[in-house]
Amino acid sequence: MYAFDYKSPSSLSEAADMLQSSDDGVLLAGGHTLLPTMKQRLASASDLIDLGGVSELRGISVSGGQVTIGAMTTHAEVAASSEVANAIAALADLAGGIGDPQVRNAGTIGGSIANSDPSADYPAALVGLGATINTNSRSIAADDFFTGMFDTALDENEIITQVSFPIPDAAGYSKFPNPASRYAVVGVFVSRSSDGVRVAVTGAGPSVFRVAEMEAALADSFSAASVAGISVSDDDLNSDIHASAEYRAHLVTVMAKRAVQKAGG
Amino acid sequence: MSGTGIGASVRRTEDLRFVRGAGKYTDDMNLLGQTYAYILRSPHAHATINSIDTSAASQGDGVVAVFTAEDMAAIGGIPCGWQVHSKDGSPMHEPKHPVLAEGKVRHTGDPVAVVIAESRSQARDAAESIEVDYGVLPAVVDMNDAVTADSTSVHDDVGTNICYDWALGDPEVVDEAFSNAAHVASLDLVNNRLIPNAIEPRCAIGDFDQATGQYTLHTTSQNPHVIRLLMGAFVLGVPEHKLRVHAPDVGGGFGSKIFHYAEEIIVTWAAAQLNRPVKWTADRSESFISDAHGRDHVTKVELALDEDGKFLALRESTLANMGAYLSTFAPCIPTYLHGTLLAGQYATPVIYCEVKAVFTNTVPVDAYRGAGRPEATYLLERIVQVAADQLGMDPAEIRRRNFIQPDQFPYQTPVALVYDTGDYDASLSKALDSADYAGFAARKASSKAAGKLRGIGISSYIEACGIAPSNVVGSLGARAGLYEAATIRVNPTGSVSVLTGSHSHGQGHETTFAQVVSEKLGIDFDSIEIVHGDTDKIPFGMGTYGSRSIAVGGTAIVNALDKIIAKGKKIAAHLLEASEADIEFEDGQFVVPGTDKAKAFGEVALTAYVPHQYPLEELEPGLEETAFYDPKNFTFPAGTYVCEVEVDPETGVVDIASFHATDDFGTIINPMIVEGQVHGGLVQGIGQALLEAACYDDNGQLLSGSYMDYTMPRAADVPSFSVDTTVTECEHNPLGVKGCGEAGAIGSPPAVINAILNALAEVGVTELDMPATPHRVWQAIRSAQAS
Ligand SMILES: Cc1cc2nc3c(=O)[nH]c(=O)nc-3n(C[C@H](O)[C@H](O)[C@H](O)COP(=O)(O)OP(=O)(O)OC[C@H]3O[C@@H](n4cnc5c(N)ncnc54)[C@H](O)[C@@H]3O)c2cc1C
Repeated sequence: MYAFDYKSPSSLSEAADMLQSSDDGVLLAGGHTLLPTMKQRLASASDLIDLGGVSELRGISVSGGQVTIGAMTTHAEVAASSEVANAIAALADLAGGIGDPQVRNAGTIGGSIANSDPSADYPAALVGLGATINTNSRSIAADDFFTGMFDTALDENEIITQVSFPIPDAAGYSKFPNPASRYAVVGVFVSRSSDGVRVAVTGAGPSVFRVAEMEAALADSFSAASVAGISVSDDDLNSDIHASAEYRAHLVTVMAKRAVQKAGG
Repeated sequence: MSGTGIGASVRRTEDLRFVRGAGKYTDDMNLLGQTYAYILRSPHAHATINSIDTSAASQGDGVVAVFTAEDMAAIGGIPCGWQVHSKDGSPMHEPKHPVLAEGKVRHTGDPVAVVIAESRSQARDAAESIEVDYGVLPAVVDMNDAVTADSTSVHDDVGTNICYDWALGDPEVVDEAFSNAAHVASLDLVNNRLIPNAIEPRCAIGDFDQATGQYTLHTTSQNPHVIRLLMGAFVLGVPEHKLRVHAPDVGGGFGSKIFHYAEEIIVTWAAAQLNRPVKWTADRSESFISDAHGRDHVTKVELALDEDGKFLALRESTLANMGAYLSTFAPCIPTYLHGTLLAGQYATPVIYCEVKAVFTNTVPVDAYRGAGRPEATYLLERIVQVAADQLGMDPAEIRRRNFIQPDQFPYQTPVALVYDTGDYDASLSKALDSADYAGFAARKASSKAAGKLRGIGISSYIEACGIAPSNVVGSLGARAGLYEAATIRVNPTGSVSVLTGSHSHGQGHETTFAQVVSEKLGIDFDSIEIVHGDTDKIPFGMGTYGSRSIAVGGTAIVNALDKIIAKGKKIAAHLLEASEADIEFEDGQFVVPGTDKAKAFGEVALTAYVPHQYPLEELEPGLEETAFYDPKNFTFPAGTYVCEVEVDPETGVVDIASFHATDDFGTIINPMIVEGQVHGGLVQGIGQALLEAACYDDNGQLLSGSYMDYTMPRAADVPSFSVDTTVTECEHNPLGVKGCGEAGAIGSPPAVINAILNALAEVGVTELDMPATPHRVWQAIRSAQAS
């Protein structure tokens, strides 16, 4: 690691001030992406601003048809939350399938979505449920938030505070894990609500995307059979030593079917 | 069996300190005035070094020194411990393996310069300011390309990438057998390159005492005396009495910590230059590109059979990757630890094997758990399965029909080895029973009803362990002997220190060896201490690898114990006023049978050190004996593994439904430890079969250079194993032991792949290479369906 100053704010406004006034300040959440990159000297910071002490960024609440999760809430907390399980079981299920226990005990929802890893699980849930990302300055619809590989709509120095998920009538998430890292090679999140059906795919492309054809078919008939014959083009999909674009395209259909089944379809 | 003697599942003594975090590993040591080394490594697979500018780095904060190859010009290259000859009689090509790259880098990770500073991060900071001007060259990565005439050479002074072209057997006799055969099965396969990944990264601390001229190296080694010999005699020119090599607790080796590495030389040499201790610890990324890799063969194998499925001849041709330089044991792995195993458990009359060892711009490849024998077992057990399928024979039946029979021992194979004992049908039958082989069809049908493909696979392996008779290996090119040494030091009050040349880095020697001593001397297990890993304490030792510790190291201990007992009888005879010939030693007592005359072992020990009533005219006081044991033959553990898998045809995911292992390890000292060794070996073998692959791109960059991409097996990837044993005792060592450390990794890969191919047969798949990842399995199903 290169040398940095460690800062430990106790409120959101203090964190925002520290970020604003630093040369090259970087927020630290669970540190599971940031710290390894710093150790490898691929990232550096003048100030590391640890959000761990900002209690207003933590916690889960359910009200008004929404599940709201603070940015610093860990994957393990979401996975174990009975409130989340009762409202959107697929979301708890997704959080419980991230990485391994060490990762889930440290990694946070805010850190995950700010990082916008193409293989991360949460982006599928955010887009698949039509969530809203709240920051210290505005609200952003999930559809507009993930702008590309490791890229988001966040401005410099903007801090994610919460994510709000509308509670659907039914939802399911099915993931094909990378055998080494356990990130998603392909993950498909499906939901059905009065606003319609959403099918969001993570892992397969440079960033999370929706599959309109599947959404239309499921709106017609919410069953696994409806998506079984629909495949996505492998043109713009990722290809690496674990999975070719062609295999990923195939898995999108298989995971979509399984997600619909989990959602009761 | 006593509570702590041979055959008891005594809990591992060493685990108490390990599970409490109280183990003492090399990196736990910190010496007064210690400095830290950071090694700048090549980012390129193949490049000339046009210039290196270290001037800025030398000025860095806390920097003590910066060294490049120029500074180390006076010392030797890293030696290779084995010389193989080509079939035309010429010795292998043995290009220099410099400690720091000289003019050229030959793999990503090749050490280029070393920065020594007051802290690790200062050393690393300064290394970033070293300017190296590289002239990037085309990288030689693929072995098939490397052996073509117009390939770039990894070593200009060699001019070819073929290190040696070795053969075993008579090709004409084998060709003849093939031309008369009713049936020939043939198979092309790849034995995938693996990265060892011991849990403890390598670490080395060099220390120099200016007052005495004494060098000390603390290092993560499986064989400290071998390192002392190689580094002292061939690299630094330091005699043994001025060089101590100490390998304290070591967190796993699997072969990767046998070898003599550049970093050991760098810290030892630099400590003397600077007159300060120098410490280097690998980080995990560095381990991936600096620990020797394993396996990496491309093979064609053919089996000739008669109309009844009897094997007539076997023929193998292999390209074996050496990587960029010859690591310590590398040349012998694909030859003498591979070609000699091709008879397997079968009475195949004639065998021919040829192996070309190939230099490539990749990390050196050397022994990794099983070393050569997994590669032999894999090709043999795969081709046997192919033959059975093609002849429509049951895979168990084709094996039975070809097994060497119990009454044929000792059995001379056509590939140089003489097997002493074995009963192959016994372990096959037991494994099949345990796996409910007969009930497979019903299980397959129920899998099918659930949309899954089920398959069963068998592998009947043999290995040559207890390495090795020195005169035999010497005639095959080993530059050292492979005996083992032990000293039994009976202390005055009757406790026993056992100094052994076998090194324990997870195997549990501190328990197993103590059980042998407890049994032999009839003394309390807790009064026995096993001491290993320090050239200043241990008389000598060749270390731990090739499942040799109990068979060779254990025998040295037994022989030294016999000397102790013999001397004890003399002392007891004097004390009991009896004739030495009348004394017997049983249950810790020297007795005169038929009388009530007896002396406890402890009394005899005390008398040896307080010799007031002692035959001083005839006998030296003290009770300490040393034995060097050179094995008479290899040992031949063997067994059968049965694996059952269920494949999801939609995703290609393979689930191991069950795994049954029956091994014959000869006498078993501690069944619990043996079971643990088998479990670990099986996980590594299943890792190779399903998960692990070192992948290089065309430029020689390691794509699987971290755990994000290199799949280490996890508990959830393997089933709960069913393991069992049969016993035929080894006939040429006193304990009757054969060794158990590598069997699991040797026998399991073909069982897994045979099972998967058995499952996929119904969808038309006939070929599949390791690792059988979901992607590969899915592709195989797709292409079978397309054709
Ligand atoms: C071995 C391993 C396996 C993993 N497996 C999975 C997996 O299966 N699925 C998966 O989805 N993920 C996986 N992850 C990722 C992990 O779960 C975390 O989600 C991820 O590392 C980021 O979260 P974090 O809290 O650790 O963020 P950090 O690493 O602390 O931060 C990541 C980035 O987000 C920024 N940031 C953090 N919080 C905020 C905020 N409130 N506002 C604005 N920016 C912010 C930081 O500045 C930094 O740039 C894995 C990670 C590891 C190490």
